[in-house]
Amino acid sequence: MQRTTNVFISGVGGQGILLASEILSDVALAYGLDVKKSEVHGMAQRGGSVVSHVRFGEKVYSPVIAEREADLLVSFEKMEALRWIHYVAPEGTVVVNDQEIVPSGMERYPEDIDEGIAKRAPNAHILDALALANEAGNARAVNTVMLGAFSNYLEFAEEDWKKAIEARVPPKTVEVNLKAFALGRVAGAK
Amino acid sequence: MRVLLSGNEAVARGCYEHGVKVATAYPGTPSTEILENVVRYKDDIYCQWSPNEKVAFEVAMGAAFGGVRTIVAMKHVGLNVAADPLMTSTSVGGDGGFVIVTGDDPGMHSSQNEQDNRYYAKFAKIPLVEPSDSQEVKDYVGAAFEISERFGTPVLFRLTTRLCHAKTAVELGERTEVERKEYKKDTTLRVVIPAHARRLHVKVEGRLKEISKFGETSPLNRVEEGDPTVGVISSGIAYQYARDAFPDATFLKLGLSFPFPIELARKFCARFETVYIVEENEPFIEEQLRYAGITNVVGKEKVPLCGELSQSIVARSFGGGEEPDKAAVAPRPPVLCPGCPHRSTFFTLNRLGIGATSDIGCYTLGVMPPLNGIDTTICMGASIGNALGFEKAIGQDFAKKMVAVIGDSTFVHSGMTGLADVAYNKGATTVIIVDNSITAMTGHQNHPGTGMTLMGEPTTKLDYIALAKSMGVKDARRVDAFDMEAVKTAIKEATDNPEASLLVMEGPCALMVRKTWTKAFVVDTEKCTACGMCLKLGCPAISRDEDGKAVIDPLFCVGEVCGMCAQVCPVKCISAPDKA
Repeated sequence: MQRTTNVFISGVGGQGILLASEILSDVALAYGLDVKKSEVHGMAQRGGSVVSHVRFGEKVYSPVIAEREADLLVSFEKMEALRWIHYVAPEGTVVVNDQEIVPSGMERYPEDIDEGIAKRAPNAHILDALALANEAGNARAVNTVMLGAFSNYLEFAEEDWKKAIEARVPPKTVEVNLKAFALGRVAGAK
Repeated sequence: MRVLLSGNEAVARGCYEHGVKVATAYPGTPSTEILENVVRYKDDIYCQWSPNEKVAFEVAMGAAFGGVRTIVAMKHVGLNVAADPLMTSTSVGGDGGFVIVTGDDPGMHSSQNEQDNRYYAKFAKIPLVEPSDSQEVKDYVGAAFEISERFGTPVLFRLTTRLCHAKTAVELGERTEVERKEYKKDTTLRVVIPAHARRLHVKVEGRLKEISKFGETSPLNRVEEGDPTVGVISSGIAYQYARDAFPDATFLKLGLSFPFPIELARKFCARFETVYIVEENEPFIEEQLRYAGITNVVGKEKVPLCGELSQSIVARSFGGGEEPDKAAVAPRPPVLCPGCPHRSTFFTLNRLGIGATSDIGCYTLGVMPPLNGIDTTICMGASIGNALGFEKAIGQDFAKKMVAVIGDSTFVHSGMTGLADVAYNKGATTVIIVDNSITAMTGHQNHPGTGMTLMGEPTTKLDYIALAKSMGVKDARRVDAFDMEAVKTAIKEATDNPEASLLVMEGPCALMVRKTWTKAFVVDTEKCTACGMCLKLGCPAISRDEDGKAVIDPLFCVGEVCGMCAQVCPVKCISAPDKA
């Protein structure tokens, strides 16, 4: 039986994590795979830490990823990468947006985050998704930049990603989002 | 067609496909999206938000009396509110099919307790259906209605947060209409005077035995053959975790777990030396096995009772693997959004040294630092009774130091009776309704105070001021929540008033008025003295730079619709960019 692929996406409420995991799930479903995707709504969304688990393969049981079994950990924010780093499989890939969002209740961003990531995930692919989103034309397109970045590490065709993005994002923003995806795909490949 | 549906979407789809005609609810995480999706089928299903779960339940029960397939949905603690009609409804009926959906919240992602509502099925003596993914959710909605109609009983349909919110693949079908049954008056069945109720109780006990027999062979309870030396019993989402933790085991998977299929379980357990019971929260299955004298089982002595499970936790419970090494990272708790109208109330209470009994909603986040604005939060509506109780215990003067803070939707849910109590029993309590004109925490649902129905029709709008005055609360007024000075004056005057007061702090939920957001405010760093007053608002858009001066994140600030930081700044160094 084909192994289940696990993609763990983390970030801060409001960064568009759920849309990104929605698009990934659409792509996997279009390949005829069994797909499960899990996140929690409600209080967890109000500026708090948000995670989405996406699993796909021939047959998926649990909708959540086991610790140390994420093939891919994608974080839209640096602290949130470190918070969930224990989900990454020993041979797993880490893709991180270099953005810093100060948590509520703290007046400044903690200083030891880069060091923590360097120690726990020395091969992490780090990109400045906010700058690329601005380059694409909208700061809120961080999520599609990140989709582009981590799409490098999954075996789906670029065309299928683009189709899924077009189907999900508001029509007026398709162009910006496709540009953001393309920029992310180049930046995340390194 | 195969699509990804959340468990909540699958309930809605199941209602559509299986001929449901009436659906009611009060929103509550994790169950909210059920009705939000049922409304997509509003040409075929009448649906409504009720003011609370008890009313939702009673409307649904009436619709079932009227002979149509009916569903009522709520979160686990909502069933406590509806427990009165629940406990007696189970002896009446046999009309249109009646399914009660409970969304339990293991791990308390957005709840005040972790109660396991499977016990309500046992308590109320009604069948319990437990699906384990969205396809089963949709299919079992149909099965639940068949059981309800065949045995003349309500059915409890139990979901948990992971099931409600996880999206899994579902094959869609067409709608099958189910004809309304003709209503016939029968007081022996629906008027529960003691003489009738005594007979009905006997009937319920007999009915349970019948359903129990049915459950022994129902396809909802199935054995999945695997390794003949490892046996596992599980139900609901815990089954999925157990399948990953024990990929090769033989499973008894329960979908109709009450009345418990004891002979099926007995036969299953006899095949193994030890049988592993994997269930989230309480030992509901395990207790029934042990009560029947089946003792070769291992359950809660290994599997944690508190919190949500996962395949990792299940595996570790039975010796598989170790705790992972987590990085130490500062917490990132949820917080009142930028532009939230509730912020001014808690900021002001904090500055005035006044405490608050509070309630269930976004504003519960007022407990977090730096607002630190809340003393108590227990359940829906408790704030007002709690405040009156403090006053009766400590003395009337204490009402100056402790106000009740409750949201608009929660006030309509179960605050109105509390306010009547304050007036009736001559409390000096100040009640503050933080009115953002929506049920916000659960994702913006309408209620009797918003003037709009679930089906999108304009309707009457509850007038809190007129209501309070009719109850005898003479000092009742509206306050602009974004006017910091007005909020402060109103709270001072209301708490000084030796009689009851009602303040309605009006300001729309920031997320509902995105179109009115303007450019982010800016800080004049020349003028900023780094005093930190604006940081006391606890706005996620504001932090400090290297010199300790305020910085406003342009991605988060909502601009002139809020402006609280500009008002509290003692040196007036914060303003809209074009006014800087």
